[in-house]
Amino acid sequence: MSIEIDHVNKHFGDFIAVDNVSLTFRDGELTALLGPSGSGKTTLLRVIAGLEQPDTGRIRFHGEDTTDLHVSKRSVGFVFQHYALFKHMTVFQNVAYGLTVKPRRQRPSKAEIKRKVMELLELVQLDWTAHRYPHQLSGGQRQRIALARALAVEPKVLLLDEPFGALDAKVRAELRRWLRRLHDEIHVTSVFVTHDQEEALEVSDRVVVMNQGRVEQDGSPEEVYDHPANPFVYQFLGNVNLFHARVHDGVARIGDVHLPAPEYEGYRDEPGQAYVRPHEIEVFSDRNHDGALHAKVELVSVVGPTVRLELRTDNSEDLVHAELPKHRFRELGLAQGGDAWIRPIHSRVFLPDSRVANG
Amino acid sequence: MTSSSLSSSVSHTTLVAHWRRATEEPVWLQRCLIAVALTFLGLFLVLPLIVVLYSAFSQGIDAWQAAITEPDALAAIRLTLLVVVIAVPANLVFGVATAWAVAKFEFRGKSVLISLIDMPFAISPVVVGLIFVVMFGSQGWLGPWLSEHDLKILYAVPGIVIVIVFGTLPFVARELIPLMQQQGKEEEEASLTLGASGWKTFWHVTLPNIKWGLIYGVILCNARAMGEFGAVAVVSGRIRGETNTLPLHIEVLYNEYQFTAAFAVSSLLTGLALVTIAIKSFVEWHDERRQRLAAE
Repeated sequence: MSIEIDHVNKHFGDFIAVDNVSLTFRDGELTALLGPSGSGKTTLLRVIAGLEQPDTGRIRFHGEDTTDLHVSKRSVGFVFQHYALFKHMTVFQNVAYGLTVKPRRQRPSKAEIKRKVMELLELVQLDWTAHRYPHQLSGGQRQRIALARALAVEPKVLLLDEPFGALDAKVRAELRRWLRRLHDEIHVTSVFVTHDQEEALEVSDRVVVMNQGRVEQDGSPEEVYDHPANPFVYQFLGNVNLFHARVHDGVARIGDVHLPAPEYEGYRDEPGQAYVRPHEIEVFSDRNHDGALHAKVELVSVVGPTVRLELRTDNSEDLVHAELPKHRFRELGLAQGGDAWIRPIHSRVFLPDSRVANG
Repeated sequence: MTSSSLSSSVSHTTLVAHWRRATEEPVWLQRCLIAVALTFLGLFLVLPLIVVLYSAFSQGIDAWQAAITEPDALAAIRLTLLVVVIAVPANLVFGVATAWAVAKFEFRGKSVLISLIDMPFAISPVVVGLIFVVMFGSQGWLGPWLSEHDLKILYAVPGIVIVIVFGTLPFVARELIPLMQQQGKEEEEASLTLGASGWKTFWHVTLPNIKWGLIYGVILCNARAMGEFGAVAVVSGRIRGETNTLPLHIEVLYNEYQFTAAFAVSSLLTGLALVTIAIKSFVEWHDERRQRLAAE
């Protein structure tokens, strides 16, 4: 079931939460709505669910207008950040809820409900918790129950609001891989909201980056990460270094380093900002490399298998962040307080007035 | 190395001991405070209670029974129960609706509403009675219109019900507002997305979550509705056998020097209050146990 969002606006008082957003989520796709807090992603998700009414604009499920349809009639599965399990019901009753509240004529028989609930609990690998209460389960288990409960009514679309936001790092990582596998099994159109770029890139088929109520970029995880549409997306999707640069006829110059910038073919000596990710900076321990800038190593921090360096170039106030594998760091024999030479190997230039060329 | 770590651990234990003493009151002060509390409770609560029961039965069980079964007493009991049966459900509905509105919606005047809810506790009951006399009395704003349509509010059951509803207005709402605000609306939203209607959501999700707070509010409301005196005294007209509730009936008996009868009826009202407190304690105990279980 595809979801079409057609020029949707939503404000709360003076705050514009969703600013004229149009998007289409294709059938069976798992999409991440990614953005900082206050970017309108949760509001948009709630508008799709029917938990908020848009001020203007339409929502269509598979071409059918659902804008004015009550939440309870939309058959959406909604998973909340804080699980929202019914505290006074057992796990079994929670999962069965959507089936037991159906009108008598559509309600499956008791035996049928039981079979279905147990099947779902097996799917989320928690069939042994059927007679426990939510407070007896861990956060990760509760969220899996919440998901089973949402799936019990066979929703046309599955909406997840920061589903792993309240969990610790290890459980988060496990659960998002598990969600990806689950989605590959059941193939229901799913949208999940997150502010964690790693989560969005790892789990989803498609990433929609939002900021201040607007869509900044919409594309596959690779596209969004490798070809950010604008400075905001570039900065939001990971650490980045900014260098002064000039673009001239398809080439960006950062100091003495020349890097290809084919999107600026035909431009004449324009000043701009070059965005370079920490892993796109080469680090050397000697000066014999064309265009490499001299810098002092101010801080070395080892984070698992990678080493992060903070370097200061001779004529700059700003620190440069570089990242390299531990073995490479050992080969170079760099040390805190010592000398190094750095050279960007890839960059993306944006002109000051955001005249973005799409390469 | 060893000696220094040893000395540091010694100084650490003395520090802890010191700290513990510093945050505790001296024993004599603890005993004094407990003694004051218990003496006060005994003098002003237990003793009067014993006096009520003693005086009620001072002329034997037959006199007690006669006092509470004479027609005027029975009429007062019936009227009191009637008022409770109307006032408590009215405040139940008002309390749930108000708490729902405050906890789940954003609207103008919400903070004003929350502060106004406590008004009935702040105003003296006599003043409450007078307010309604001004409104419904024959010289009042609505008096002429009411007498034209042959409607009787003052010096009749409707007037008594109105002042008691007013006086007990805050009980249920006050219990529920913080409870429902704390619980938020996620569970209700989850229920709606699962296809339940608003009514089913209220019945299956909201009500079980607020059940204990609701019962607690109803019990307090009930106790106050039975015991209300001042406001009722002003609006009821004190017609014996017709508009006297139990507290008013007791006063009438007392003023007529029928002390034993007055205390007999008082013992009945006190008994009802004790039953209410017993139920309240049970509810609290049950709620605490449930929360403790939930926390484990």
